[in-house]
Amino acid sequence: MSDVRSALAGASFEGIARVAEAGLRGMISFRGDLSASKVKSALKAVSGVEMPGQRGCVVNGARGLAWMSPDEALVMVPHAEAEDAVSQLNKALKGQHFMAENVSDARAVFTVSGRHAREVIAKLAPVDMAGFGPGEIRRTRIAQVAAAFWMDEADALTVVCFRSGAEYMFGTLKMAAQPGSEVGVY
Amino acid sequence: MLILECPYCGVKGEETEFHAGGEAHLKRFGPGSSDADFETYLFMRENPKGVHLERWRHANGCGKWFHAARCTMTLEVFGTYSAQTYEPPQEIKDILTAKRPGWSWRNFK
Amino acid sequence: MSTRLTQGGRRIDRNKPVTFSFNGTRLKGFEGDTLASALLANDQMMMGRSFKYHRPRGVVASGAEEPNALMNMGEGGKFEPNQRATTTEIFDGLAAKSQNHWPNLEFDIGVVNNAFARFLPAGFYYKTFLFPRFAWKHIYEPFIRQSAGLGQAPKARDADTYEHFYFFADVAVIGGGLAGLQAAKTAALSGAKVLLMEQDPHWGGRSMVDGGELDGKPVAEYIAALVAELEGMENVTLRSRMMGAGVYDHGYLLGYERLRDHAPALVGPRHRLWKIRAKQIITATGAIERPLSFAGNDIPGVMLAGALRDYIADYGVSAGDRVVVVTNNDDAYKTALAVKAAGLDVPVILDARADGGGAAAEAARAAGIRVENGKAIAKVTGGKRVKSVKICAQAGEGGVLEEIACDAVAMSGGWSPVVHLWSHCGGKLLWDEEHAMFRPDETRPPLGADGAGFVIPAGAANGVMDMGVGLTDADHAGRRAVEALGLVAKTVRLPDFEQAAEAPLQPVWMMPQGAGPKLRMKAWLDYQNDVKVSDVQLAAREGYESVEHTKRYTTLGMATDQGKLSNINGLAVLSETLGQAIPETGTTTFRPPYTPISIGSIAGEARGEVFQPVRRTPMYDWHAANGAHWEPVGQWRRAYAYLRGDESVHEAVNREILATRESLGLLDASTLGKLIVKGPDAGKFLDMLYTNMMSTLKPGKCRYGLMCSENGFLSDDGVVVRLDEETFLCHTTTGGAERIHGHMEEWLQTEWWDWKVYVTNATEQWAQIGVVGPNSRKVLEKLGGVDVSKEALGFMEYTAGKLGGFDARIFRISFAGELSYEIAVPASQGRALWDALFEAGAEFNATAYGTEAMHVMRAEKGFIMIGDETDGTIIPQDLGLSWAISKKKEDFLGKRAQAREFMANPERWQLVGLETVDGSVIPDGAYAVAEGHNANGQRNVEGRVTSTYYSPTLGKGIAMGLIHKGPERMGETVDFPGTDGKTYTAKIVSAVFYDPEGEKQNV
Repeated sequence: MSDVRSALAGASFEGIARVAEAGLRGMISFRGDLSASKVKSALKAVSGVEMPGQRGCVVNGARGLAWMSPDEALVMVPHAEAEDAVSQLNKALKGQHFMAENVSDARAVFTVSGRHAREVIAKLAPVDMAGFGPGEIRRTRIAQVAAAFWMDEADALTVVCFRSGAEYMFGTLKMAAQPGSEVGVY
Repeated sequence: MLILECPYCGVKGEETEFHAGGEAHLKRFGPGSSDADFETYLFMRENPKGVHLERWRHANGCGKWFHAARCTMTLEVFGTYSAQTYEPPQEIKDILTAKRPGWSWRNFK
Repeated sequence: MSTRLTQGGRRIDRNKPVTFSFNGTRLKGFEGDTLASALLANDQMMMGRSFKYHRPRGVVASGAEEPNALMNMGEGGKFEPNQRATTTEIFDGLAAKSQNHWPNLEFDIGVVNNAFARFLPAGFYYKTFLFPRFAWKHIYEPFIRQSAGLGQAPKARDADTYEHFYFFADVAVIGGGLAGLQAAKTAALSGAKVLLMEQDPHWGGRSMVDGGELDGKPVAEYIAALVAELEGMENVTLRSRMMGAGVYDHGYLLGYERLRDHAPALVGPRHRLWKIRAKQIITATGAIERPLSFAGNDIPGVMLAGALRDYIADYGVSAGDRVVVVTNNDDAYKTALAVKAAGLDVPVILDARADGGGAAAEAARAAGIRVENGKAIAKVTGGKRVKSVKICAQAGEGGVLEEIACDAVAMSGGWSPVVHLWSHCGGKLLWDEEHAMFRPDETRPPLGADGAGFVIPAGAANGVMDMGVGLTDADHAGRRAVEALGLVAKTVRLPDFEQAAEAPLQPVWMMPQGAGPKLRMKAWLDYQNDVKVSDVQLAAREGYESVEHTKRYTTLGMATDQGKLSNINGLAVLSETLGQAIPETGTTTFRPPYTPISIGSIAGEARGEVFQPVRRTPMYDWHAANGAHWEPVGQWRRAYAYLRGDESVHEAVNREILATRESLGLLDASTLGKLIVKGPDAGKFLDMLYTNMMSTLKPGKCRYGLMCSENGFLSDDGVVVRLDEETFLCHTTTGGAERIHGHMEEWLQTEWWDWKVYVTNATEQWAQIGVVGPNSRKVLEKLGGVDVSKEALGFMEYTAGKLGGFDARIFRISFAGELSYEIAVPASQGRALWDALFEAGAEFNATAYGTEAMHVMRAEKGFIMIGDETDGTIIPQDLGLSWAISKKKEDFLGKRAQAREFMANPERWQLVGLETVDGSVIPDGAYAVAEGHNANGQRNVEGRVTSTYYSPTLGKGIAMGLIHKGPERMGETVDFPGTDGKTYTAKIVSAVFYDPEGEKQNV
C-alpha cells in the first residue's frame, strides 16, 4: 500500500514558534482495567513503556503510552505497526473485557516548537501553561476543536486533534504564531 | 464562567471544557410504570434557588460524566463526585450542611 | 483660546514632532500627545456634535471617561468609529474625523434639532408610536434612522489581526496608580503570582499630576522606584495599555491589551484579549470626577477640573487663557493653582459651599485668586466656545449677580469611586453620605467558586481619596488578598506622608439649587446621549420612577461611556425629584466591558479561514478540484453536486442520478458516524438503544436500526453491523456521530454502569465510499482481492479483506435502491481508493455524485431521512416503520413513551408518497389544506410535505409527506398551496416510486 497520506502532509510554518504537521502516527484507543496486571503488561509489550499515572504521558520516539481516563489509554506505535499492535493486544487479553481500536488515521498530529511554543498554546487553550511540563498529557480544546497535547521537552509540544480538523488546527496555530505576536510572559 | 474539577481525571477546567447534562439522580421509569411516574421522570425537574445537584460531562477532556453540587444563586460549587452513584456521598452532604444548614434537594437532606 | 504652553508636559517629547490630520486638515503635535491634547494645542476645542441635538461639543475629560470627543479614525480596513480622542495616542499619519454632523463640524444642518429641543425631550419617539400610524413608517422612522448613531459603520473588512491569551494568577491587580502598585508590591513580596494591569500607557495614575510628597520626595520618584522594583520581580507580570474589561464568575477576568493602536507600523496583532483566572482580584481602579449640573455645562470649553490640570501637567496644554473654576469641594482648587502657575488667568473661583473651602482656599487667595463662597454658575454663554459665565447665588433661583468673560470653565462636583469592576460579578455598594459617594460594601463582595469573596477594592476605588491613606488601604488590600490564598502577608514599609486637611464636600446636584425649567433644560447630565436634568425629572413625572426605568426612558447612562460622568448626578436628580434618599434610589447595573472593546478582540483568531472548523474528508481536495458545490452538514463540507462545464446545480444533480442508476456512481460517505461497541453486554446494550432487536444479529450481517429518545421520538437511524461475537459497528447520520456517541456514554456511565460495554468513536478512522449502480460489482471485481459475488456477499452482509491492495471493510447495503456497496478503508488510504475506483470505473462512466443526488435517489425508494421525515415530534409508527420496532423486547429507550395515548392515536399523520397531477415539484414545507377554518380563522390542514424533489429517473416531481389517514386514502388527491400563488394538487401514492419490488438491489 503505497499512497498513504496524512491530512496535511509536510505542512509547516515559521513564526514566533515553528508549527509543523507531524505525519502519520500509530495510535490505538485502549479501553480496559488499567490497574490489571495483564493489561499493564500487554500495553507495555506493544509500547515499550510503563503505564503512567493520572494524566501521565510517556513517549519514547514513536512509541508511548498516555493515560486518558481511569479506563482509557492511548497507545502509540509506528503507524505501519498499528494493526499488528491491535492484534497483539487482542491476543494477549483474549477472554477479558477490553477494547483496542486502531484510531491512527482518525487523528492529525502537529508539533509546536521554539521559545514561544508555550505561548502559542496559551493563546488557544484554557490551560495554565506556566506550570505545564513533560510527562503530562492534557485533553482540552484548542480554539474550537477538541485536542490533546503534551510536552516532548521544554519548548516542544505535540498536539493531536481529529483528522477532519487538520486544516483548521494548522490555520489556528499559524494565527497564534504570527510574527510580532510574542506575549513576553513565558 | 465556572470552573469545575473533574473527579475522574483531576483537571480543574473552565466551563467550555464541559457540557451541562441536566439534573442528577433521575430515576428512570420504563414500561409498566404509571403515567404520573413517567411524567415525573421525563419532565419534572427541580428548579431551586440554592443547592442543586446536576450532571456534567467532561466533553473536551476525558469524556466522563460526573455529578456536581452547586448553588444556583451564587454559583458556588460545593463539590463534584462520581456519576456511578444514586446519591451524593457523605462528604458532599457534610459540606452542604456546613455551608447551607437545613438544605434539602428532592429527598436528600 | 486653548494652546500649547512653552514649558511642561511630562508625557510629551518636544523633540519628536508628529503630523496628523483632523477633518482633513494637517496639524502638528508631539510624541506622547493624545489626539485630544494635540487638538487643544491647536486651539481645536470643538471636537464633535451631540447625538440628538447636534450641539457643538468639546472635550470634557482627559481619560477613558470622555463622552464627547469621539472620532472616526483611519480608513478602509483600519477604520474604526467612536474612538475617544483622550485615549488615542497620536502617531505620524493618524487621520481622525469628528462625528455626527453634516456637512461639517463647524456648520451642521442637524443643529435644527436643537431649535426643536422642546419637542424632542427624552422618550419623544415613544410618543411617535401613538398616532398617526402611517407617520411612524413613512416619516419618523426613516428620519430617526438617518440621524441615529454617532460614528459611521465600517465598510471594509477589518485588516488587523487579534488574539486571546489564557493566563493564570494568584492575585490580579486592576489599576496601576499608586494604590494598585502598592497592593501589587505587598502581594508579590508575600509570594503570590501577581498580574498588574493599567489601561494608560503610564504608571502612577492621578498622583503623578496631583503631586504631593512621600518620604519627603516627589511622588513621581516613589512611583518610578516602585515600578522598577515590580519589574524586577519574577513573580510579577506588569502590563500597561491593558484595561481590566470585566470581572466574571469564579475569578474570571478579561484584560484588554492594546498592542498597536499607538504604533500601527508594528507587526503583530492589534489587540490581545487576556482571559485570566485569578484567585483574588484587587480593584485599584481609581475615581472619576463628576460634572456640575448648571445651564450650559456642555458648551465647548467647560471641562472637568481634574482634566484641565491634567492637560497642563501631562501635555503642556492650556485649555483656556481665562479659566473660571466652579466647585463644591477643595480638590478643584488645585486646578486654579495649576492654571495660575502656568501663567494664565483665573478670574474667579466659585465655591458653592456657603463656608467655602479649607487650606486649599487659603492657598488660592494667597496666590491672588478671587474666591467667592456660596456662589454658582447660573448659565454659561457661548455657542461653539465659552464666552462668559453668569454668576448667581447657589441657594437661589439663578438671578444673575455678575457676568465674567472667560474661555474655559473648570467644574468639579466631587469624585466617584470607580466601582464597576467590583460590581460586575455581584459586589454590592453602600452610600457614603459624608462624602456623597457610592463605594464598595466590603461585607458583600462578589463570591467565588468556594463561596468566599474574591474581589478587594483599594485606594480611591474604595472611597479613600487621600493619597497617603490610600497607600495604607492598598497595602491592606494586598495583605487580605494573600491571606485569602493561605500565604503569610509580608510586612511592607510604607512611606511617610502628610495628609492634607480638606474641608468637606457639599453635595450639589443642581446649580443653582432653585433653578427653574428654562435652566434645567440646558443643564446636561449625559453628554453622549444628550440627556438633561429636565429629562430625568420628566421620566419621574411620567411614572418611570425606578432608576432602571428612568435609565431606559431617558437613555441616561446607555451610551458608550456607560454613564461614567452621568450616573451619580442622574440618580441624585431622580432621588430629589421623588423625594427619597439616594441609597433608596440605588444604582443601575454595571456591566462589562468597562469601556468598549473591539469586536475583533472578542473574536480573536476566529475569522476568515479559521472562523469555524470546516471539517474535511480525506477526499476533500478531489471534490474541490472537480466542481464541488459545497453543502455544510454540521461542520463538515460535503459536495451537494459536482458541476461540470456551465451546468446548473439542478442539471448536475439530474446527470449524477441518471449516471448512477444507469451504470456506476461513487459517493463520499466518510462523514457518516461509525461507533464501535464492544463487550459481553454489547448486544444487551444495543437492544436498549435501538427499537430493533440487535443482539440476534449474526456476525457478518447488517441490520437497519432506529433510535428513539426516551420521549419516544425518532432520533437517529443507521445500519448496524455485527463484526464479531462481541463487537458491533453502529453507523449514525453525519450530524449524529458525536451526539449518539455522547448518548451511548451517558447511558453507560450514568445508568447501566455495571454493564460491560466499551464504545469508541471511529468515525474519522475510516474513509467510506458508496459504490452504487448496476456496474458496482464489476468495478470491485476489477480491483480484485475479495469475493463480492452474490453468493459470497449477499444483501445486508459484511466482509473484510484486501480489496485491490487496500485494507477494506465491505458492506453490501443500499440507500439508492441499486446494487450497492459501501467500502471503508483507513482514512490515510481514502483518497487513493477513491482515485483507484475512478480509474477502474472509467469504462463504466464512473460518476461522482453528491448529497442531493443521494437524497433524491433514496426518496425515489421511499427511504426516510432523519431531519426531513423527522422533526423531533415523529415516531417510527408515523413513518410506516413499525416493522423495525421489536415486539419481543420488554424495554428499550422510547418504548414507555410510545405507549402513551396520543402516540397510538390513529389521527396522527402518516407517511405516504405524493405525486402531483401535473408532474410539478411541490414546494418544500408545503401544507395540505382541508375543508374549513379553525378558531383562529386559519385554513384547516391535514398534512405536510417532508421531502420533495424532481426525479429525473421518473421524469416528474416526487414527494413524501405526512397525511392524515394517508395510507387509507391511496389514490385520493390533496391540495398544497404554494407561496407563489399556485396550488399543487397531488395524488396519495406509495412512497416507493422506483422499483417497488426491489429487484435492482437484489442482484
